[in-house]
This record gives sequence, structure tokens and C-alpha cells, in this order.
Amino acid sequence: MGLWWAVMKRSFRRHATYRGATLAGLFTNTIFGFIQAYVMLAIFSQRGDVGGFDRQDALTYVFVTQGFLMVINVFAGPGEISARVRSGDIVTDFYRPVDFQAYSLALDLGRAMFQALARGVPPFLVGALVFDLVAPSSPAMVAAFLLAAVLATVASFGFRFLVGLAAFWILDDRGPAQILGVAWMFFSGFILPINFFPGPLEAVARVLPFQVMLQVPVEIFLGKYTGAGLAGALALQVFWVVVLLGAGRVVLAAAMRKLVIQGG
Amino acid sequence: MVEAVRIYGHLAAARVRADWQYRTSFVLFTLGQALITFLDFAAIAVIFGRVDVIEGWSLAEVAFLYGAGGTAFGLADCFISAVERCSQRIKDGAFDRLLIRPLGPLLQLSAEEFAFRRFGKLAQAMTVFGIAMAAVDVDWTLGRVLMVPSMVLAGFAIFGAIFVITSSLAFWTVDTQEFANAFTYGGNFMTQYPLGIFAPWMRRLAMLTGVAFVNYVPALYVLGRDGERERFGLPAWTLFASPAVGLAAALIAVWVWRTAIRHYRSTGS
Amino acid sequence: MSAHIELVDVEKSFSVWERRGVVRRSRKTVAAVAGVSLAIERGELCGYIGPNGAGKSTTVKMLTGILVPSAGTIRVAGLDPQRNRVDLARRIGVVFGQRTQLWWDLPLSDSFELLRHVYRIPSDRFRSNLSSFVELLDLGPFLSTPVRQLSLGQRMRGDLTAALLHDPEILYLDEPTIGLDVVSKSNVREFLATVNRERGVTILLTTHDLADVERLCSRLVVIDHGRVIEDGPVAAIKDRFAGWRRVVVDLEEPAPGLDLGLAGVEVEKVDGPRQWLRFDRTATTAAAVVSAVVARVKIVDLSVEDPDIEDVITTIYTRPPTP
Repeated sequence: MGLWWAVMKRSFRRHATYRGATLAGLFTNTIFGFIQAYVMLAIFSQRGDVGGFDRQDALTYVFVTQGFLMVINVFAGPGEISARVRSGDIVTDFYRPVDFQAYSLALDLGRAMFQALARGVPPFLVGALVFDLVAPSSPAMVAAFLLAAVLATVASFGFRFLVGLAAFWILDDRGPAQILGVAWMFFSGFILPINFFPGPLEAVARVLPFQVMLQVPVEIFLGKYTGAGLAGALALQVFWVVVLLGAGRVVLAAAMRKLVIQGG
Repeated sequence: MVEAVRIYGHLAAARVRADWQYRTSFVLFTLGQALITFLDFAAIAVIFGRVDVIEGWSLAEVAFLYGAGGTAFGLADCFISAVERCSQRIKDGAFDRLLIRPLGPLLQLSAEEFAFRRFGKLAQAMTVFGIAMAAVDVDWTLGRVLMVPSMVLAGFAIFGAIFVITSSLAFWTVDTQEFANAFTYGGNFMTQYPLGIFAPWMRRLAMLTGVAFVNYVPALYVLGRDGERERFGLPAWTLFASPAVGLAAALIAVWVWRTAIRHYRSTGS
Repeated sequence: MSAHIELVDVEKSFSVWERRGVVRRSRKTVAAVAGVSLAIERGELCGYIGPNGAGKSTTVKMLTGILVPSAGTIRVAGLDPQRNRVDLARRIGVVFGQRTQLWWDLPLSDSFELLRHVYRIPSDRFRSNLSSFVELLDLGPFLSTPVRQLSLGQRMRGDLTAALLHDPEILYLDEPTIGLDVVSKSNVREFLATVNRERGVTILLTTHDLADVERLCSRLVVIDHGRVIEDGPVAAIKDRFAGWRRVVVDLEEPAPGLDLGLAGVEVEKVDGPRQWLRFDRTATTAAAVVSAVVARVKIVDLSVEDPDIEDVITTIYTRPPTP
């Protein structure tokens, strides 16, 4: 356990050094939050309810999403893993005496912790100053949200890990990764909340894993789930975490076999 | 000037040939870009599935805004946005070799980092624009017809200027890329909706940076929305101000860039 | 008639931020070039050397217009690099040893074509230059190969061609032979000598490989701590700092260091039967040393060595700076 904590801490610190980029990103997040907020206001000037959200919900959704973006790392391309596969450096990663998936997860969690503090909280606070936002109604709800946030991060990691390993089989995977990234952005609820989608499209989104990375935790924040519903939502997250991490292990084993056979 | 365009053409073509070596990525990237921007518009379509108008603008009218702004942004993205790469080049030490050549570094950068895939975005925006122009209920006088290319070109200049100015910051500070995104992609985002939905301070910022003149203000003329113009206190002449704003933006951008290069040459970054 | 490349009292200082404590920073001014004056005539092949951090690359950056000086004047081909960067760019060629100017993913020939457009080289001039460089540097076999697949030596030959296609008056070279094998180095030197001789190109060569200097340069400028500390013909510098010679003897049988009873002779090294004897040229001669050796022991073989350029430069770098 001590090892994982050390890895996370190191990753946290590493990302903390990029002060300029963090500040700049924060500025951008906040601006985008405002733009989206006014779009929501324009929509809700016409109706009081869209897909079960009222105006306050929608505004809160916008700012929590902006804060959450970097935590789940929506914009990451295939990223480091893919680059290391192509350069061959991945070999050193595989020969470390620690499980590669767990190691990568620890690194990602360290990063996510930093992003949560540095970029997750401020946009929400700024939004809350200007608009009338919703907040979790009780400490239990806060705890549920934090749990959901962690699950979302792990699920997102699971997905990115898979995409990254694809580099073992697809020589230049930037193209496919971009298309997947687009799907991710749309179906996670980043562009618009999933419950705003027309019926059929929403149905599609609800069977995909992406929703648990953004939409579900934010809905928990908004207090849309209580009691059994809340348990169900968290269970859905856990389900996808298990599926994605499990698939990750299978693919990792296949990749390591491939490396041994082909020599990288 | 013609010379510069010719050289730009050669350098950009070389870059496209180089990228074409990685064929699958090339095609997928281009499709991916079109897809991303399609989703952008899909979001608007989804919204209009729930409401009939936004601030009194119909779907066709918002699509007109989207198409005009997207085309202007797409042009700037295709031909100028590559300038953003200067900060990476400075970090890698690959910037100096541009100063060895008998050409301006701005021209070289935007040509050498030319990315064909950005045409995906442009194509999508132009398609939406075309459809919107057919769908929108407008009495097409000569003035209005001429306004369309004029606003696209002015928009191209304005967004291009924003790209150049925000990229110039890289010469003074490190890691400004994300900051620039607030103005480039943020600006593009704002032009997708009628400016009236935003808070007064945001509208004023859009006016100041010229973003409002990319598509919104000229659209008021094309779509005949005089009431709205008066509501925001815009005198009638501003409807035709886009070309002037575009020119001013371009001149300011060139000046900022030159100052940035001067700074680089005296401090060696 | 003024010099082709002229620097007068050129200085270049940088502001460096230093961290003092947790938050505060203070500014320090570092002088990379602290008053350099130099005049290089047309057609000279001049070596420009110095220890790391001496100010070499800063000087070259100022000559090419990448950096502007903090003080002093620079004139290259009569132009001020600060004001006339673009005009000057047409008349100079630059080769960076470690970074290529070529387009990475494209065939070598494509790079040359692009440069033809960039420098607006007339077609006939371009064709004739290209064919002579192809011949001189044997580029034929890999003209259609993407630059990223070229070996270091091939890439360097490509870079040299790229720098000369537009008939520049001046060529700046920064470590052109670094990382090359012996044969390639020799070819590059041969090529540079030819270009200098036949085309009259003024060449400023920055290098750490002193064999480059020895084989190519007529003149040597040594810079350290931002100042010129030596400037003159290579032979003259060698003479001044090479006041010693060495006799290497192979004795029939190993023996302890020989005591020859001659002033100015010292035993540098003993390795089995071989001994290195260094002597001061002003004190004695090789003949005297050899006679003294032969009088004392039986020898199997001997040779006489002169200090090489490495020894000379080491002496220059390590002597205490003159106040």
C-alpha cells in the first residue's frame, strides 16, 4: 500500500509543477463555463424543465462538468502509453516488478487528485458566485459524490488504458483514438447532458460506459438519485469499472505476450 | 504578396505530402475533425429539439450564425492557427532555423505546420452554412448577398488575428496554450449563438475583441433584425463595420507578432 | 575595403532570474559575449573555438541575425544582421551539426526543391549547383530517401548541400563533423576545402574537433568567457604554445625513467620498455636528446612527436586568464 501511495504522491507533485498551464487552463474552464451557462439560461427561459433538469440543475451541471473535465482527462489522446509503445520504452515499464496496470492507475489517480483540487473546485466556486447553483444536500450526498468521482476517474482510466494499449496492434493509432475521443466527449455528457438528447440517442448513451465518467457523478451531485436509485447508480459505475479494468488486464496480458514473441 | 502566397503553397503542400505518408491517420484525423464539429452542431440541433427559438432566433437563423462563424473560424484554423506551434518550437529549439531563411517566421510557421485535417472542420461548417442560407427566410438584396463573403473574410481576419496574438504570448511566457484556447475556441463557441443570450460583460468583450463582428453583427443586417440592433444600442453603421474591424485586427496582430519576434531576438528566449 | 564579417566591441548580456528563498527572485545579468572584435576577410576559412559556454554560439547567432547584440556593431557582407535579416539570409548558409534544416518526412530531393522556392534560386543555377554537389558528396544513392531514414553522415551531406544551393557568400558551420565516422569526417573536410577554394565562400567553422581546425583552417580565433583570447594563423598559434617536443623511445629492456643530464628534459611517462621524454625546444634539441639516450641504453625504436592541436588548445584553455 505504501508503494501505491508513494507513486500517487509523486504523480501529484509532478503535475503540481505546471503552475502556468494550470492557471491558464483554469481561466479557460471558467470562460467556457460561463458561455455554456448562458446557453442554458437561454434554453430555460423557454421551458422550466428539460429531461428532468430545471434551470438550477443545468447551471450547476455546467460548472461541475467544467471542473470535472480535467479530473477525468477527457481531452487526453492515446497519451503516454501509446507514445511509449511506439518508441519502445514500454519495455522498461513491463519489466518493472510492479503490475503495469496498477502502476498506471496509481499515476493517474495522483494526477486526478491534483486536478480535482486545482481545477475542479475553482470553476464551481466562481460559478456559484455569479449564479444560483445547487449543492449536495447532506454530508451523505457529498460522500456519495466523492465516491462517484473516484469511480468515474477509475472508469475513465480503464478506457484510456485500453485505448493506449491499442498501439500494440494499430501502428498509428492517433486517428482511431481521435474518433473514440469524440465519442467519449459526446456520450459522457460533456457537450450536453445526456438527458437532453432525443429519446433514441439517450437510450444509446445509457448503455455505453462513457456516462459513468461524467453524467452519473454530476447527477449524483445534483441529488438526482436517492436511496435505491443512488445505490443503483453507483453500482452501474462499479460495473463499468470492473468491465473496463478487466478488459484492460486481458489486453495487457496479450500485449505482453506479443512483446515477448515479437521482441517489441 | 503573390510571392508569399506561392511560397506558402509550396511549404504547405510539402507538409501535406509528409503527413500523407501516414495515410490511415491522415484520413481518420480528417474524418475525426469533421465528426467533432458535426457533434458541435448536433448539440444545437438537440437543443432545438427541446425549444423552438433561442432569444427569438429560429434553428435556421442559428444555423446561419453557426455556419458563418464556423466557416470564418475554419479558414483561420486551416491557414493560420498553426502559428500556435511556435511555443513548442521554441522549447525544442526548432524556431531559430526559421530566422535563418529569407522569409518571415509567421509565414513559415503557418505553412510548415499546415494540417490538412482541419479542412474537415471547414467543410462541415460550410455545409451547414450553405443549407442555412437556403433555409433562412431572407429577402436577398444585393447588399445582403455581398455581406456574406464580406463577413466571412472579415471573420477569417479576426479569428486569424486572435490566433496570432495569443500565440505571440508564447514569446514572453511559457505554457500559455490553454489560455489562448479561451479566446480562440471560446470565441468560436460564442459565435455559435446569438450574442444576446450572454451577459453584458461578455457581449462587450465580444465587441472589443472583434468576435461580435465575425458573424453576429453582420447577421443582424442579413436577417433584417433591426429591432435587436436597436435593443443593444448599436448604431446602423456598425452593421457594415466588419471589414474595418477585420483590417484593424490584422494590423494589430502583425504589430504584436513583430514585437514578439523583436523580443525573442533580443533575449534569445 | 572592409572585411566580409566584422564585429566591433560586440557585447551580449542576458537577464537571468535567480531564486532567493521561497518566493522572491532577483535578476542577474550574465554576459555571454563581453566585447568581441573580429574582422574576417572574404574567402577566409576561419576556425572559431572555445570551451563550452565561451560564447561561440551566441556570437554566431548574432552574426546570423537570430539574436541582436546588447552593444557594439556587426556588419556581415556590409549588412547589419539586426536590421536586414531577410536580405542577409539570402547571402548566408548555415549548418547546425545537431539539428537538420531538412524536411524530415520527405525525400531529400524534395527538401532541395523547397529551398529552391524559398531562396528563389534561378532554375539553371539550381540545377548546376545541385548536380555538382550530388557529384562531390555522392548524394545520388539516397536522393529519394526520406530524411528520417538517412544515416548521420548522409544527413550531414544533405545539410551541407542545402546550405550552399543558393550560392551564399558566407557559410556558418556549427559542429559539422560531430558524430561522424572517420571516413565521413574526411569527406566533409575535403568538401569544405573545395567549396572554399573553388567558390570563394567565406567559412566560419565552430567546432570541438580540433582535427577539423588542423586540416581546414588558415586562421583560428579562440574565445573564452565572452572574449577573444587568441586570433591568428593556426601555425603561428601552434608555434607560440607548442614550445616543446617529445621523443618516444622503445628500449631493449624495461628500465626506470632515464636521467639524461640535460636541462629542459623530463620523463613524461614510462610503460614497460617505452618511455616518453618531453623537452623544451628552447633548452635543447631532439638530436641532443636522442644522442643522450643512445649513450646510456640500447634502443630498439624511436620517434619524435610534435604537440598536436589538442595539446595547444588545452594549454590555451587552461592557462590562467590574463588580467
